[in-house]
Amino acid sequence: MSSQTTTGKTRPVEQVDSVTIRFVGDSGDGMQLTGTEFTKASALAGNDLATFPDFPAEIRAPAGSLAGVSGYQVHFGGKTVHTPGDMPDVLVAMNPAALKTNLHDLRAGGMLIVNTGAFIDSNLEKAGYKSNPLDDDALKKNYKVVQVDMNKLTEIALSGMGLSSKEVARSKNYFALGMLYWLYNRPIEPQIESIRAKFAKKPQFAEPNIKVFQAGHAFGETSELFLSQYRVPAAKLKPGTYRNITGNGATALGIAAVAKLSGRQCFLGSYPITPATEILQDASYYKEMNVVTYQAEDEIAGIGSAIGASFGGAIAWTTTSGPGLALKSEMSGLAVIMELPLVIVNVQRGGPSTGMPTKTEQADLLFTLFGRHGEAPLPVIAARSPGDCFYAAIEAARVAVKWMTPVVLLTDGYLGFGSEPFRVPEDGELAPIQVKYQTKPNYEGDKYMPYLRDEKLIRPWAVPGTAGLEHRVGGLEKDSLSGMVSYDGMNHEKMVKTRAQKVANVIEDVPDAVVDGAQSGDMLLVSWGGTYGSVKGAAERLVEQGKKVGHVHLRWINPLPKNLGAVLKNFKKVMVPEVNDGQLAFYLRAKFPGVDPLQFNRINGKALKISELTAKVLELLG
Amino acid sequence: MSTTTAGNGKAAALPTYTKKDFESGVDPRWCPGCGDFSIINQVQKLLPSVGVARENIVFISGIGCSSRFPYYMNNFGMHTLHGRAPSFASGLKLSRPELQVWVITGDGDALAIGGNHFIHTMRRNMDLKVIMFNNRIYGLTKGQVSPTSVLGQKTKTTPYGSADYPFNPPALAIGAGATFVARSVDLEGAHMGAVLKQAADHRGSTYVEVYQNCPVFNDGAYTFMTEKAVKADAQLRMEDGKPLLFGKDNKKGIRFNAQSAELEVVTVGENGVTEKDILVHNPRREDPTIAFMLANLSTRAGFPTPIGVFRNVEQPTCDDLNWQQINATKQKKGDVPLRKFLLGNDTWEVK
Ligand SMILES: Cc1ncc(C[n+]2csc(CCOP(=O)(O)OP(=O)(O)O)c2C)c(N)n1
Ligand code: SF4
Ligand SMILES: [Mg+2]
Repeated sequence: MSSQTTTGKTRPVEQVDSVTIRFVGDSGDGMQLTGTEFTKASALAGNDLATFPDFPAEIRAPAGSLAGVSGYQVHFGGKTVHTPGDMPDVLVAMNPAALKTNLHDLRAGGMLIVNTGAFIDSNLEKAGYKSNPLDDDALKKNYKVVQVDMNKLTEIALSGMGLSSKEVARSKNYFALGMLYWLYNRPIEPQIESIRAKFAKKPQFAEPNIKVFQAGHAFGETSELFLSQYRVPAAKLKPGTYRNITGNGATALGIAAVAKLSGRQCFLGSYPITPATEILQDASYYKEMNVVTYQAEDEIAGIGSAIGASFGGAIAWTTTSGPGLALKSEMSGLAVIMELPLVIVNVQRGGPSTGMPTKTEQADLLFTLFGRHGEAPLPVIAARSPGDCFYAAIEAARVAVKWMTPVVLLTDGYLGFGSEPFRVPEDGELAPIQVKYQTKPNYEGDKYMPYLRDEKLIRPWAVPGTAGLEHRVGGLEKDSLSGMVSYDGMNHEKMVKTRAQKVANVIEDVPDAVVDGAQSGDMLLVSWGGTYGSVKGAAERLVEQGKKVGHVHLRWINPLPKNLGAVLKNFKKVMVPEVNDGQLAFYLRAKFPGVDPLQFNRINGKALKISELTAKVLELLG
Repeated sequence: MSTTTAGNGKAAALPTYTKKDFESGVDPRWCPGCGDFSIINQVQKLLPSVGVARENIVFISGIGCSSRFPYYMNNFGMHTLHGRAPSFASGLKLSRPELQVWVITGDGDALAIGGNHFIHTMRRNMDLKVIMFNNRIYGLTKGQVSPTSVLGQKTKTTPYGSADYPFNPPALAIGAGATFVARSVDLEGAHMGAVLKQAADHRGSTYVEVYQNCPVFNDGAYTFMTEKAVKADAQLRMEDGKPLLFGKDNKKGIRFNAQSAELEVVTVGENGVTEKDILVHNPRREDPTIAFMLANLSTRAGFPTPIGVFRNVEQPTCDDLNWQQINATKQKKGDVPLRKFLLGNDTWEVK
């Protein structure tokens, strides 16, 4: 620590339930790193939390421009945290463009920490400011503004260390991090360790960053710009060993877990596309877990390779997002008619077409349910949180293999990029996955009939290498027994009905829907997929306010839980909040005639806000 | 029962197969006189001798007349989607490298809708054996222009003659990086059998184009080089280690003109040309240039159409390279328990 004298004046410590902080700056300012480091510290302090990064679609937008703003939001609390937070309580803005694009989200009365060093004319101009917004009195009236020249203070902390000005500038995110460590009373030792570990290969950068981090921490303590410190108590989490996990990371781990739980190879054939790419990237490392990955020449070949591997006995996967799912449509139908196991993971993003690649949406639901030509039903499951992507992936594979069918797992950009603490399952918590291949003839002594079904309508899986069971599968309609080509109309009708009934039978593996909150009453909120946290959060608030509101979350969309029809009828009104224009609502109307759900739709590339949804329900309940 | 050696160097006792063991019993539904019959006949004749158990041989096809092929083979088989057969085959081969995987495709299937999969399959050197039935027409859909239809060819969709230039398939395959490229003709059973045998023995991306007559929609497409009267002058039979001679009395030959850097037709005994001047065929040249030049002869006026093996080089295969990585990683990391794997290296305890 440099020679600054401490005033020794201690500030009062305020206890708060939960806090949402958003770090925003230029793409080059290291905000993702600052955010994840602060998240780790919150996790170590025992908080429950959820995070969401928000980065530009362009890899390198011009420095200081509005398009180049990158952000990271973390919501941590002493109670269960359902979402990364509606509105930040604290906004850390590293330059004018970041302030311009994010200020409107800051809660009224929230804290704004700005790096005044970046508020120079050229940056103000790039952000489209005519005058310096920090001189605006309204700003100080509406928010607790903390102005810190982080550029200069970083420079001072590093003076005499012989670093280039570029290297100095790159360290200032650690100054911001240091201040927040002080503000939220986090022990600094683990962070210092973490910096050392991060720069293990370039130790010459470890010391300067540690210095800047400590300077930021000391500045918080001495500057008197902050009137108090805050403490967020530890949350009551299920005991265990935790790690932080993103949704895409969790899906990839799920694939590896399936290989281990089944003792079979998992094969992932895929093609890069935002926001699904990380699954393929992560899985490419998991060779020791018996995961084989293949980056094909396009999405069609990605799913094709997976179906080929599935014919060979692997548990096959393909991962993609909307445009890729569209390309896979014909192939998905083939997997349906061949009746081969396959998991298709669709990390949804804003559409149609290229749409909004880095923004979330739930608008592929109907396409997933119906987007194949011919009668081609398949089971559809949706993950509800980043960590749940792990369990949903395992469940999807379990159903695919048991029922010899392709299954679609829906996640979305919000889950895929978002992260939360993930309790690592103990040995034995995950049930093994049974995979049985046909090894003997199944008909008239010595014949093999690939489409001879069991009482659940499941056909056998005989793989190449099994002598005597040589057979052909294909996309032409097949004879209900031998699988050979059949153009007989009655056989076709029988096969269409049989395939549909088989998928309907999956209901035996779909748990009944569970209602949280009121079990009957004025309004039932129905969520699916990534909106779980927001809707859950809103329902809890409404129940706390004494409203007769229930919440049911749908994990399986096809088949729907057996009891759902009855559950819907227990409430005067049903509302479906979704990040699309009303797709589940449309589906429920068709499935349950007489039920006409109200809709709450946002299609702005973001998760639903708990506050907005709560307000809407209150308004409707009158 | 006799013992032979299985593919991929693994010795195993194999039953002695006959051609019949590879017939599924389903009668082929091709039109009478279709060149496809001759091809399946050669493949079924070949398989007893490839040294791979019947259950380890898989046929995967796309869509087209030619792609009905797997239904008639008594092996594991997949009849898939138009143009996409190589993708299934690639996934299966990568997942199960011990299998011998054949892709059966047509000119439209492989080179129009499946063109992208085709070139990538060739460049990757995945150990797949692709046989493309080239009838220069869309057979199954009853006679539309294909990417190998010749310029000016009248088809149902080009009633005034095709106005676009065709692919030269072996040249495309060589350009895309295939390590085995050959051509044969439906009417030349023995020649085709010998080419297919080499294809079966090759490890890596293997491409065999078969000129196949479609008597219904493009009859006579290859008479320019199959008719008795013209055959000797119109065909160039490429044989490893032998000079590229052709013609009725085998006096015409292909010479590499070092001045113009072109191949040319010369006659032995004329203008001082001796057999020593004739290019000796060598499909094992690392550099594909000469193979590419030979492939392109078939589209040049005044030149014979080469048949046989253009290129046959050994390169580590995509499936081998992948499995080397997989096995090395497994060896290095050992059997990782699931929980240990899931924990990663950044955890904290909640009590
Ligand atoms: C996606 C799709 N597009 C079009 C078709 C129709 N189709 C079937 S076969 C074929 C062309 C077949 O030509 P080729 O590959 O040369 O095979 P051939 O019948 O000549 O053996 C077409 C266009 C299809 N089955 N699927
Ligand atoms: S249409 Fe032509 S290619 Fe197809 S089966 Fe008949 S003859 Fe053969
Ligand atoms: Mg054809």
